[in-house]
Amino acid sequence: MIDCDYLRPDNLEEALGLLKEHGPRATLIAGGTDVMVKIRNTKKTPEVLVSIRGLKDLKYIEKRSGYHIGALTTHRMLEQSELVKAELSALHDGASRVGSVQVRNVATLGGNICNAAPSADTAGPLLVLDALVFMEGPEGKRSVPITEFFTGTYKTVLKKDEVLTEIKIPGEMEHFGSAYWKHSRRKAMNLPILGIAVSLKLEGEIISDVRIALTVAAPTPVRAYKAEAFLKGKPMGDEALNEAGKIAASTECCSLRDSLRGEAWYRGEIIEVYVPRMARLAAERITRRRSK
Amino acid sequence: MKKVSVSFTLNGNTVTAEVPVTWTLLKTLREYFELTGAKEGCGVGECGACTVILDGEAVNSCLCPIPEVEGKSVTTIEGLANEDGTLHPLQEAFLKNNGVQCGFCTSGMLMSSKALLDQNPDPTEDDIRTSIAGNFCRCTGYVQIVESIEMAAKESK
Repeated sequence: MIDCDYLRPDNLEEALGLLKEHGPRATLIAGGTDVMVKIRNTKKTPEVLVSIRGLKDLKYIEKRSGYHIGALTTHRMLEQSELVKAELSALHDGASRVGSVQVRNVATLGGNICNAAPSADTAGPLLVLDALVFMEGPEGKRSVPITEFFTGTYKTVLKKDEVLTEIKIPGEMEHFGSAYWKHSRRKAMNLPILGIAVSLKLEGEIISDVRIALTVAAPTPVRAYKAEAFLKGKPMGDEALNEAGKIAASTECCSLRDSLRGEAWYRGEIIEVYVPRMARLAAERITRRRSK
Repeated sequence: MKKVSVSFTLNGNTVTAEVPVTWTLLKTLREYFELTGAKEGCGVGECGACTVILDGEAVNSCLCPIPEVEGKSVTTIEGLANEDGTLHPLQEAFLKNNGVQCGFCTSGMLMSSKALLDQNPDPTEDDIRTSIAGNFCRCTGYVQIVESIEMAAKESK
């Protein structure tokens, strides 16, 4: 690291003011688990680091007409929240599998999706939970559905002078069961070869609504719409689930890529196996919650 | 180089460091305070050799910019034993169970397990394994380390 200014605003207004003042010279830092690594690896320090780590107002998990999660909520808070575990299970699965306890104690949910790695473990869960992303900038507040948030590898719609403030998950998600599978070689401290998230709603044995998301599969986290459309209205059962898995793994849903961590053909096979498994787990979780 | 003055509690004492603004907590501990118990293994938050306790939580000090420590409380391996030199139950247990071989990971292991026991005095084996999943040990194969933490938990009761 060479020289830089490290600014710690006390509130969001101040943070937005600093971003405006320093323009493209400024980089926003929250938990620092991505930014600090990038600085070290590239040996390039931004001229100005604007740290929002101290903004306690952006650290919360609340349920009121939907689920509101502050951008600076840490992965550890999500992991230890009974509410998230019971009602937003996929997000719990994803957040608990990021890095280590040390990383989860500081790494934030907002940071995970702003970094926009194709492998982000909270991206798939947020996609199947219909999350809305709230941002604030000099022109005021705005929100976009998470499906429109990612624009490329490490790229999002967030502008340089904006701060991501909240993730909102609609209240109707309490009727869904959800699950996320991080497919990796080790149990911890690893990036996924593939991530598969499923959320679904049941009416009797019929899958009345369903979302499927794949991460690492494509340059951005994606929904497998074709597979969802096929599964909707079908009864829970091996036949429909296996077919949905095949569709999700096909080019109709995404063009799988080869990378350092896994080849396309292998990723396809994992999708075929894990879409049904995660759908079953999501359904099981609905049953378990009802029986409580 | 721009310097920053940071005041915080270090192993129970109030301290102030004047260091370059770009330094991490790890670098400040090692090079300003000369507390070399926390190690730099990978420097990118993967190996856990630099683990310290920041306001009650285990963190990688290599990823912590020093300005973030202002007003906080830091405990390092140097602050683990009692002032009279008697060891912490975790340290005793690591010695008894051969939880230490080359020793490079040990200070991090101890700080991660201390953070665990402070928050959860009665951990399951699963809790223990999760708490040290971010601490790499290339000697022991972890079995003796897990046993050490189990013993410390039992004996602290």
